[in-house]
Amino acid sequence: MTSILAQANADVRLDAHAIDYLLVAFYFLLVLGIGYVARRSVSSSLDFLLSGRSMPAWVTGLAFISANLGALELIGMMANGAQYGIATVHYYWIGAVPAMVFLGLVMMPFYYGSKARSVPEFLAKRFNRTTQRIQGVIFAVASILIAGVNLFALGLIIEALLGWPLTVAIPVAALVVLAYTTLGGLSAAIYNEVLQFFVILALLIPLTLVGLNRVGGWNGLVEKVTAGPGGAEQLSSWPGTELTEIANPVLSVIGIVFGLGFVLSFGYWTTNFAEVQRALSAKSMSAARRTPIIGAFPKALIPLVVVIPGMIAAVLLPQIQAVKAAGGPVDGITYNDSLTLLMKDLLPNGILGVAIAGLLAAFMAGMAANISSFNTVFTYDLWQDWIRPGRSDRYYLQVGRWVTVIGCVLAIGTAFIASGSQNLMDYIQALFSFFNAPLFAIFILGLFWKRMTGAAAWIGLLSGTVAAVTIDLLVRFDVLQLSNQAGSFVGASAAFIVGVAVAAAVSMAGQPRAEAELTGLVWSLTPRSSRTHSVEGDDAGWYRSPQLLGVLVLILVVVLYIIFI
Amino acid sequence: MTDSSEGHNPAGTGPADAPKAGTDAPPSAAANLFDLRTIIAVLFLVYGLVLLIMGLVSTDEADRMKTGGSNINLDMGIGMLVVAVLFGVWVLMRPLKPPTPEQLAEAAADDRPAGH
Repeated sequence: MTSILAQANADVRLDAHAIDYLLVAFYFLLVLGIGYVARRSVSSSLDFLLSGRSMPAWVTGLAFISANLGALELIGMMANGAQYGIATVHYYWIGAVPAMVFLGLVMMPFYYGSKARSVPEFLAKRFNRTTQRIQGVIFAVASILIAGVNLFALGLIIEALLGWPLTVAIPVAALVVLAYTTLGGLSAAIYNEVLQFFVILALLIPLTLVGLNRVGGWNGLVEKVTAGPGGAEQLSSWPGTELTEIANPVLSVIGIVFGLGFVLSFGYWTTNFAEVQRALSAKSMSAARRTPIIGAFPKALIPLVVVIPGMIAAVLLPQIQAVKAAGGPVDGITYNDSLTLLMKDLLPNGILGVAIAGLLAAFMAGMAANISSFNTVFTYDLWQDWIRPGRSDRYYLQVGRWVTVIGCVLAIGTAFIASGSQNLMDYIQALFSFFNAPLFAIFILGLFWKRMTGAAAWIGLLSGTVAAVTIDLLVRFDVLQLSNQAGSFVGASAAFIVGVAVAAAVSMAGQPRAEAELTGLVWSLTPRSSRTHSVEGDDAGWYRSPQLLGVLVLILVVVLYIIFI
Repeated sequence: MTDSSEGHNPAGTGPADAPKAGTDAPPSAAANLFDLRTIIAVLFLVYGLVLLIMGLVSTDEADRMKTGGSNINLDMGIGMLVVAVLFGVWVLMRPLKPPTPEQLAEAAADDRPAGH
């Protein structure tokens, strides 16, 4: 999606007034202020890298969803809404909520209970050092590259909206993120993510309200979409043949349920440390389990203010109408310009300033999430557990701060490389999207099968990754005749199946670890009592039950699907 | 905006304390963190007031053309002030408590084995 952003042109320049800039400046003041004040809460490396495990569940829950609600996601999903209509909701509902509930109810007792400080460290506890190091290196490299993509896209938006040149916009944006993450560590990143959540809603809600007002309400929108080039099919979520690019409706549903809903979604939500880290910073087991489930409620509702404005853009804005009629870019405008064009055409000064603050906040939070998980994995998994073990905690706190600085500098470098080679960046992004699938494969196998060995884990991880890359190359060079979307479903599924198969085969050949060492790491060897959590003090009350909240959010998704079937 | 005085907290586990035996990690200072709810309330109070005033004094025909007739600055201004008040009430009803010594001891015990 970034490649198309690059074409953003002067046509989307916003007519911002002094008052809008003041509102944006006030937001930045709060962001930096949080970083400055959060400095007081950092005295150990754990404080800096995991917020000292002290966060309440509503904070970690909103940060959990915010870390995923980056601007690339926002712009891309609104574009999907414009292009495919209602079917885009699959990315939010079946493609996220079940996995988030599974993370909270099934996996979090092991993650949080094992006291692992990162996903690679959990792998070290369950499997061995080799698995930890391989995953640590892959994750560190991926985080920096993706932080760079975020930064580059942020620079493009600042350039397009405010007219700053890219060479100024990128370092300035990085400096702001650097300032608050180095000062306040993960606490500052998480607090700012929660703030960002509310500011983004303050961007999306007025956009939706005004948009609906302009097209004559929901009925007006239905009428116009039906009459448009997409037709009435874009008003229903199933079977989503247009979205999956799989012509057969049955196969399309299978693709959505298994490809998106199971392999891609479970892989992303349950193993991506940038997400899991938010839950690990919670103050108790109960809060950690509730974190992804609390995040699932906004995740289920956000498409109402993302997908609907996207659909409005496609029937209201002449530029996007032209793109839809032509089936491709027109005069450099693409579906990805939907959000900024809507802001320009629908929001008067005042609320426009709030909207700009929201958009910039989304970009910064996306980058901060990558940087703050990168520094944890680098400091603990690569530096402390591998390269320089046995130093004082003070030393690792300093390492954590310096790694944050270095991470930001590397991200700036990546951002400038991205500005030179778009295809490379698209490719890297696509590739990392299924690095999670083999990781999820060894996770789930290791969690439920006590015989699985350490060697099986890293061999399974690598062979699953090779399988994903192979499928991707075959699709790219048209050896396999699949659309991009179907290709990513098949690639992720292949990675998952190969990962499980190879890990199972290698395990059978090897010697499993002693059962006593695996207590708390494997389901069947963990007594039920240590999988449950305290229900006293701040964790008391039926409304704080993770199971109840999990069931409620699943019911919410079913109801939403019935409404938008 | 802050809830405990700098350099001293009631549980006596400030960073200045000597490290406990068997570890060199200083006690967590995470409990020193301020209340985020206040920041959210302040943000929406300021945004709400600015938008409310703009909605009352500066909404012109061009603005109404954009919004299809509604006064979005006024509406969102009121909405944001309501959010600010709700967060303010939440802070007043359930102020942030400093953790009890037992909780801190438990947290400290929890964190120790995290090394190797």
